[in-house]
Amino acid sequence: MSQSFDVISAQLKKRHRRSARLKWISMSALGLAGLFLVLFFADMLSKGLPAFQQAYVQVELEYNEDATRMGRAAMDPEVARLVSRTFERLIPGMIRNDPDLLGTSETRWVLANSQVDQYLKGHANKLRDNEREAVDELVEAGRMALRFNTTFFTRGDSKMAESAGILSAAVGTVLTMLVTLAISFPIGVMTAVYLEEFAPDNRLTQLIEININNLAAIPSILFGLLGLAIFIGFFGVPRSSPLVGGMTLALMTLPVIIIATRTALRSVPDSIRHAAFGVGCSRWQVVRDHVLPLAMPGIMTGSIIGLAQAMGETAPLIIVGMVAFIPDVSASFTQAATVLPAQIFTWAGEPERAFVEKTAGGILVLLSILIFLNASAVILRKKFERRW
Amino acid sequence: MQTNHLLTLFLGGLLLLGLVAFTLGRTKAARVRASGQAMYAQPDQYAWFTVIATAGPALLVGAVGAFLMLLLGAEIPTAYLLTVSLAVAAIGAAVGIRCVRPDFHARQAIERVIRWLLVSAALISIFTTFGILFSIVFEALRFFQMHSFWDFITGTVWNPGASFLAAAGRADEGGSAAQFGSVPLFAGTFMITAIAMLVAIPIGLLAAIYMAEFAPRRVRTLAKPTLEVLAGIPTVVYGFFAAITVAPIIVNLANAIGLDASYNNALAPGVVMGIMIIPFISSLSDDVINSVPDSMRQGSLALGMTKGETIRDVVIPAALPGIISASLLAVSRALGETMIVVMAAGMRPNLTANPLEDMTTVTVRIVAALTGDLEFESAETLSAFALGLVLFAVTLSLNLVSVLMIRRFRAKYRVNNL
Repeated sequence: MSQSFDVISAQLKKRHRRSARLKWISMSALGLAGLFLVLFFADMLSKGLPAFQQAYVQVELEYNEDATRMGRAAMDPEVARLVSRTFERLIPGMIRNDPDLLGTSETRWVLANSQVDQYLKGHANKLRDNEREAVDELVEAGRMALRFNTTFFTRGDSKMAESAGILSAAVGTVLTMLVTLAISFPIGVMTAVYLEEFAPDNRLTQLIEININNLAAIPSILFGLLGLAIFIGFFGVPRSSPLVGGMTLALMTLPVIIIATRTALRSVPDSIRHAAFGVGCSRWQVVRDHVLPLAMPGIMTGSIIGLAQAMGETAPLIIVGMVAFIPDVSASFTQAATVLPAQIFTWAGEPERAFVEKTAGGILVLLSILIFLNASAVILRKKFERRW
Repeated sequence: MQTNHLLTLFLGGLLLLGLVAFTLGRTKAARVRASGQAMYAQPDQYAWFTVIATAGPALLVGAVGAFLMLLLGAEIPTAYLLTVSLAVAAIGAAVGIRCVRPDFHARQAIERVIRWLLVSAALISIFTTFGILFSIVFEALRFFQMHSFWDFITGTVWNPGASFLAAAGRADEGGSAAQFGSVPLFAGTFMITAIAMLVAIPIGLLAAIYMAEFAPRRVRTLAKPTLEVLAGIPTVVYGFFAAITVAPIIVNLANAIGLDASYNNALAPGVVMGIMIIPFISSLSDDVINSVPDSMRQGSLALGMTKGETIRDVVIPAALPGIISASLLAVSRALGETMIVVMAAGMRPNLTANPLEDMTTVTVRIVAALTGDLEFESAETLSAFALGLVLFAVTLSLNLVSVLMIRRFRAKYRVNNL
């Protein structure tokens, strides 16, 4: 023996140190990943939370003759500079709709413009010094304050940062997801049932299987090219509509649902199938009455996860034109619409500083929905988890 | 007649006929049964068969009609098509009801139809792949008719410039000639991918080693889903994070050590993309490392190896095919990633090796080419499909190699859950 016992035990300490070092390095790698997560959420919260508050100002409105042409005339010019232009533009219409208003006056809280809002939140702004003093005085007098930003949840997109909201994008998301789910869920479950329960193990089946795994790994933007060339260019589905967006996302979600459903079907033990066959069920009856109900929780979990993935997807939707400026809530599957991630993308491209917090605010809403969806998938799985 | 109205009328009529067929079929079957004859199927099954006999042929006629009109441009009056398909439905209902006889195997007939439905659902995924391939290839071929394939592959200048003028028939109105050399785009893509991999592979792999080999059970069950949160964050959010938070940090750091960095530098999207991919690598590698048989670890430990040596010399080499497979999939994902680079990387095709400069990627140019107000026929729009074709080819081969690697691993250790 070339190495004596002493030599080996002398090396031992060093070797154990090396082993411990690997443990610490690998542990800090995991810690680093966790740190990223914490930093990311802290950053988004600090940027996005201010979006849920907005500066409002109390104004005395006099509905006089001039105000029917120019809304500004209804207000004290000192204060009018601080009021959002989107509100000013409403005034002539208000008088036109309700002629009795003419000659009356009222006091109400209205949206202030985004520069005032940014100033009150202590961010960079373009207010002049005398305007700042005016704002400070109004705040002092209790006539200007940061309030909960209902506009953000009840309005669509706007070019004015202070009145931009996520409602139209949220409705567009719901419509798009309905299309996605309506297409991908039945087709996905049917495909998985065929592959797991009916298909003979032949070349075609193997081809379908490899193909599904491959589809799951194809870049999402290529699905956008497919949607553009085939759905819009070939079949003439309206551009920017929830229909074309939903169809494109459905094809992307399909592999996720198929793979999850197959796992769920596979986890149903064969004894159940044998028992059902034993009492004379046909293959379809076995699947419909026994296997599918037992696999349903797993299928639901997979579908929710697939839906959450589709909900966050932007690239293919940009290609099929769902980044349009949509101020109004769309009510149909064929009208132009936008979705939450696309709205976030649009806002992120706005040069105005006040849109940064809108973007981050939209992100917080989107992340809350996604976390809620994923959490409910986990809870569903825990609740229906069964050991056979 | 509008498509919407047509569809409503068609489906409404079909629903009505189907309901009628169902009730008639059911009552007839119930009557036969009540007369005491032995039947092969239940009344409901006969009823469903009549519904299938009603709707199936009618839907087929409708689909063929729509196909002829949409794709081949045949002029069929829509009212005519509607009448024909509803008439076919009525005939189908009559035939279906005639079939309600004691010696007719209604259940088998239904199940044959269901089986065909399932097969056609399974074929849709294949159609999707072919759809992607054909839509990209056809448009890309049109592009290559305008610009040579060789220039596209080897050219170092990407300047779509005035190609929209050429599309509008005003090619001679000044502006530089369009050049489509994709080398700088691919260089940018590979640079950002490489940065992402430098972040993701070490951190992801080490995290997986810790979770699989060292971590107590509690940490493992907590850390894995927490890491997956990183994977669930939409890429548009990562793009915003990279552009608004990470890029300024990098610029400030670079300035602090006396370097010049662009706000659209390649480092920010690369690093953030790496963070995004960490859970992808760690989760897959963790599964693979866990599938390495325990007997190998125990054999190594019994020979007097330390835990670290066992991991380095036994576990990792055994798990290598799986780890490589995970890394290849991650590379394929990084190559095709769009939103992070669209929001945080530059627009300027820039052939440079300095990650602090701005550079652009294939996906950025695809988005740029397809979001403008350009004609669909212009060379710039079509160039998006040519880029998409190359992207498709590269990611497809990476995916296939990765699948082969993981199969080899699976066959070697006979694990089924990968």
